[in-house]
Amino acid sequence: MSADPITPVLTKRWLSPQSWRLSTYEKLEGYTALRKALKGTPEQLVQLVKDSGLRGRGGAGFPAGVKWSFMPPNEDKPHYLVINADEGEPGTCKDIPLMMADPHSLIEGCVIASYAMRSHHCFIYVRGEALHPIRRLNAAVREAKQAGYLGTDILGSGFDLEITVHAGAGAYICGEETALLDSLEGRRGQPRLKPPFPAAAGLYAAPTTVNNVETIASVPYIVNGGADWFRQMGREKSPGPKIFSISGHVERPGQYEAPLGTTLRELLELCGGMKDGIPLKFWTPGGSSTPLFTAEHLDVPLDFEGAAEAGSMLGTTAVQVFNETVSVPWAVMKWTQFYEHESCGKCTPCREGTYWLAQILERMVEGHGTEEDIDTLLDVCDNILGRSFCALGDGAVSPITSGIKYFRDEFLALCESNKRELVGAQA
Amino acid sequence: MTTPSETPRPGPRPAKETFAAAGEDVDVVAISPVQEEGMLRDDALADPFGPGIEAKAKELAARYPQSRSALLPMLHLVQSVQGYVSQEGIAFCAHQLDLSEAEVSAVATFYTMYKRKPCGEHLVSVCTNTLCAALGGDAIYKRLQEHLGEDGKPLGHEETAGTPGEPGSITIEHAECLAACDLGPVLQVNYEYYDNQTPEQAVELVDALRRGEKPAPSRGAPLSDFKSVELQLAGFFPEDDEAFRIDVDGPSQAVETLRGAQLAAERGWTAPAMADDVPLPEVEAK
Repeated sequence: MSADPITPVLTKRWLSPQSWRLSTYEKLEGYTALRKALKGTPEQLVQLVKDSGLRGRGGAGFPAGVKWSFMPPNEDKPHYLVINADEGEPGTCKDIPLMMADPHSLIEGCVIASYAMRSHHCFIYVRGEALHPIRRLNAAVREAKQAGYLGTDILGSGFDLEITVHAGAGAYICGEETALLDSLEGRRGQPRLKPPFPAAAGLYAAPTTVNNVETIASVPYIVNGGADWFRQMGREKSPGPKIFSISGHVERPGQYEAPLGTTLRELLELCGGMKDGIPLKFWTPGGSSTPLFTAEHLDVPLDFEGAAEAGSMLGTTAVQVFNETVSVPWAVMKWTQFYEHESCGKCTPCREGTYWLAQILERMVEGHGTEEDIDTLLDVCDNILGRSFCALGDGAVSPITSGIKYFRDEFLALCESNKRELVGAQA
Repeated sequence: MTTPSETPRPGPRPAKETFAAAGEDVDVVAISPVQEEGMLRDDALADPFGPGIEAKAKELAARYPQSRSALLPMLHLVQSVQGYVSQEGIAFCAHQLDLSEAEVSAVATFYTMYKRKPCGEHLVSVCTNTLCAALGGDAIYKRLQEHLGEDGKPLGHEETAGTPGEPGSITIEHAECLAACDLGPVLQVNYEYYDNQTPEQAVELVDALRRGEKPAPSRGAPLSDFKSVELQLAGFFPEDDEAFRIDVDGPSQAVETLRGAQLAAERGWTAPAMADDVPLPEVEAK
């Protein structure tokens, strides 16, 4: 199984002039998958997505087809499909360009997925700061409705679907699926206890599936190409192409859609290597919530298994690259301040923990830390990891524990000047 | 002994009642963190939202299977009128959705994009999350704070240079990751992107804004103002397709965004070809 170093599927249309318009989309195979899907049954589509091995692109990597199959086969209550477009994980910048460049691919995916899950109302929850994508999506919905791809009796199939584009209001936590649902219900975005899972009781306590933008935008291609085609890219347990967002100290940062399992060494080759030749120091494989990697990890295959085996997570394949000029404790402090700000306050370990972690790190970076602070940090992390209500807490400790694991000396160096000198020892 | 308080009824409540629980001997205004003139008052709240806004609010409520879902868009809507979410705005949403003011306040104070103080004509948000900060975002923010401050005092987070609402007034904030990391350091003006910024460019940009100019964003619609974009965030776009197109067709194809696809096109790299007419898998119909 060898594919080219870059495999443009989702990003292929991005080069076309006005790629966001329906006329462009239709010229480039747009809405052909929908016609094909509507001729099949919902069960066939769920099976197809299962067979393809498509895994959630929002960070957790749960198999999409399996998630879809949790939706009840009856329609005792309305079913909802909710698209998580609340992209805000530091480093992650793939969904926003996708929705700007090719909004119709997401809309087409939404119609197919809704049909497969017997949903007649789909919500796209976009983070509020992403205004331009919100415009493009609204324009795409308007065009699709006029062309009969949305609304009642879509393409004569008898299937009805409405899509509502919903703007968030600036809260990272709403990227957590149950917090997103609370937010969509007009409440503070705070996570819910699971179970019940959204498929049993989601939006308005009705069966709901929440999927990431990139996951759903992949669906039309899988419908057209089939599961075997999709599996020609990537690795057995992590098949398909994936948009790697490379940012930071590299020569040519950008969006590179490559097969899952590509390594950082290969990605660096694509983006021209380290900026000005200054060596790599640390990087995140998939956003700030995924434990840091170092130059030792250049050959780790970036798929769900590979990243996990090497002690991190694939996350959103938001590859943030930092060179030798950046202080690790400072970077960790900045990320921790982010988690402190974005902690929703629902559970104590995360609310209090992130608050104190930020204070300790600020103190250390200012040069007032002591060696014991490192132990205190790790102790607080230990009391957050696995003890918070949702994954935000787990994510918050990732940069700290991995930063200390690989760069303890740098934390120690900050404390050096605060060592208490013993009387008489100076001579 | 205290008398048990009455169970609150849903719906808007004049401020007098809302703060009654503090008792006669407590100076609520003195202990309140909100000290601005007029933020707390005893008289019935004025309604600055005319019938046009009320019609929009009703339209929002009707867009959702349950009307409360319209609360976030509706808070954007009141912000599009006043440039912030005022106490009147909270009362308006509460009234429209049959919620208590406390319920609406709880939501409004949770989200960063709802401003509790009047904003300038423009809102400038500088990403100071780790990656942008390392590339110069912190320097940009610091420079803007100093440049827009007065009497040697730097402008603070969510503070405004000039009189809020007046032309050329600017509110600044440090923002969390704005999801444009490959284009960092980035800033947004009224949520339109200005990519790959330097402190000098940022200073030039805000100076132009203060002069009443509207420099084009790197990615986004032609620059308008904070209140106008809040109306779009509430879900209201020009009815006329041509007018809408001007905003929608604003640029987005940054070099960075297209780099991977461009490189593949140059090198002849592609995804594997799809076979024709691949059938859907056979399953037993249920």
